[in-house]
Amino acid sequence: MTNQTIVKAEELERLVKQLAQEIANDVKDESPVVALVGVRSRGEILAQRLQALLAQNHQIHADRGTLDITLYRDDLNRAADKQPVVKTTEIDFDINDRLIVLVDDVLQTGRSTRAAMDALIDLGRPEAIRLAVLIDRGQRELPIRADYVAKTITTTDRNQKVSVHFHETDGCDEVVFGND
Amino acid sequence: MDVSVGSSTADNTAAAEGQAFVWQRKHLLGLRELSAEELNHIFDTAESFKEVSQRSVKKAPPLRGKVVVNLFFEDSTRTRSSFSLAASRLSADVLDFTVKASSVSKGETLLDTARNLEAMGIDIIVIRHSAGGAPYMLSQSIDACVVNAGDGYHEHPTQGLLDIFTIRELRGSLKGLKVAIVGDIAHSRVARSNIWGLTTLGAEVFLVGPPTLMPSAVNQLPVTVCHNFDEIVGEMDVLNMLRVQFERIGSPMFPSVREYSRLFGLTEERMTRAKKDVLVMHPGPINRGLEIESEVADGPNSTILRQVTNGLAVRMAVLFLVNQAAAME
Repeated sequence: MTNQTIVKAEELERLVKQLAQEIANDVKDESPVVALVGVRSRGEILAQRLQALLAQNHQIHADRGTLDITLYRDDLNRAADKQPVVKTTEIDFDINDRLIVLVDDVLQTGRSTRAAMDALIDLGRPEAIRLAVLIDRGQRELPIRADYVAKTITTTDRNQKVSVHFHETDGCDEVVFGND
Repeated sequence: MDVSVGSSTADNTAAAEGQAFVWQRKHLLGLRELSAEELNHIFDTAESFKEVSQRSVKKAPPLRGKVVVNLFFEDSTRTRSSFSLAASRLSADVLDFTVKASSVSKGETLLDTARNLEAMGIDIIVIRHSAGGAPYMLSQSIDACVVNAGDGYHEHPTQGLLDIFTIRELRGSLKGLKVAIVGDIAHSRVARSNIWGLTTLGAEVFLVGPPTLMPSAVNQLPVTVCHNFDEIVGEMDVLNMLRVQFERIGSPMFPSVREYSRLFGLTEERMTRAKKDVLVMHPGPINRGLEIESEVADGPNSTILRQVTNGLAVRMAVLFLVNQAAAME
């Protein structure tokens, strides 16, 4: 199966701006304690972009960190053809009493978000955790929802993968439908 | 010493984004059989685990519900503690099983012990044994993962890994580095693991010590042998000082203590002739004033305590990876 582009670069840029706007509207009263935490690896890049947009357009200067959730995954002891690689979590500020906006590219089953919340809570006790995603594609397996969503895509086919590509890691900005 | 931390993060990100490396060994028996790619995969994983030890909650859940047994047929405090803590930090349950060497003289007994443990439902056996090859034999006969914590004069892979990881962390790469291993090479499993790992990664290894303390087949090892420490000390990037084992002192192959420390000890005086940024390593516990002078052991070039910290991260990585390989079966 070939990949089918469903969001092109300009549209993607607009979606990220819209996501920054949503976050800004919601957190502006608490802006001193806001921090963005991107989930490796696409969430990290999305968080970088959101951080820049929040500073430029909304005068919100948020700390930013990156979370590696490998150790918290619930499928580590299940046979799989792909082996997850443990990488570093890089959060160089104290997360206690902060308003953490967890940033990920795609929300689907909710299992990564569960892992990310567990990983965060092992680092301290944030005042609150919110979830920002570029794409919500439904098919939840856990009772988790996002606070900020740029675009919702509903499909019934579980094998149809929605992937966000960023030029930093993939050579171009786009969202594709297919098996990656 | 100017300690600049190597930039391996960029490399491992690139590697992980590209073709995914799959770790396939459910046993860690020695470094001789590991490829450069496998060694670097352990180190990249260990780097990530260092972070866990710096958190407020020094624990992560990947081995939750797994049981790790420390099966030690020889005395050890630090290696066993390090493995116990590594397993705890990954949320495994740890069972300490220490056996007096005298009660186990037959291979049968070792296997029986292991099978009994296995019947309790354990997942990983960390074994130290006075007989080289004991971990290998165990790995052939049981289902659990086997990690060698030192077997006879054969290998002590996690010590070799933590030494090399420490060098990589401080120098970025092993390629072209000159590493001297100084002391009783013949009876050192630490030396053997270091030799295999270091040469696989492109370092040049020099063995330094009296001829009586060199292994008999030393010419078959990929190393340069040197009996005069002063001849090479100035060229070395790393000096790994082995511990003098007291039971050997007084034996015919061992020089007197004074002669040993004069010829092969790392003294302050000898350090003046070494490279300014040479790394001084020691697997511990150190005999101050014998193989190394206190001023050097506590000096700016010493990596001794960093090695201990890194040992924990490396053992976490090893336990995590063998369990991952077992999960794939």
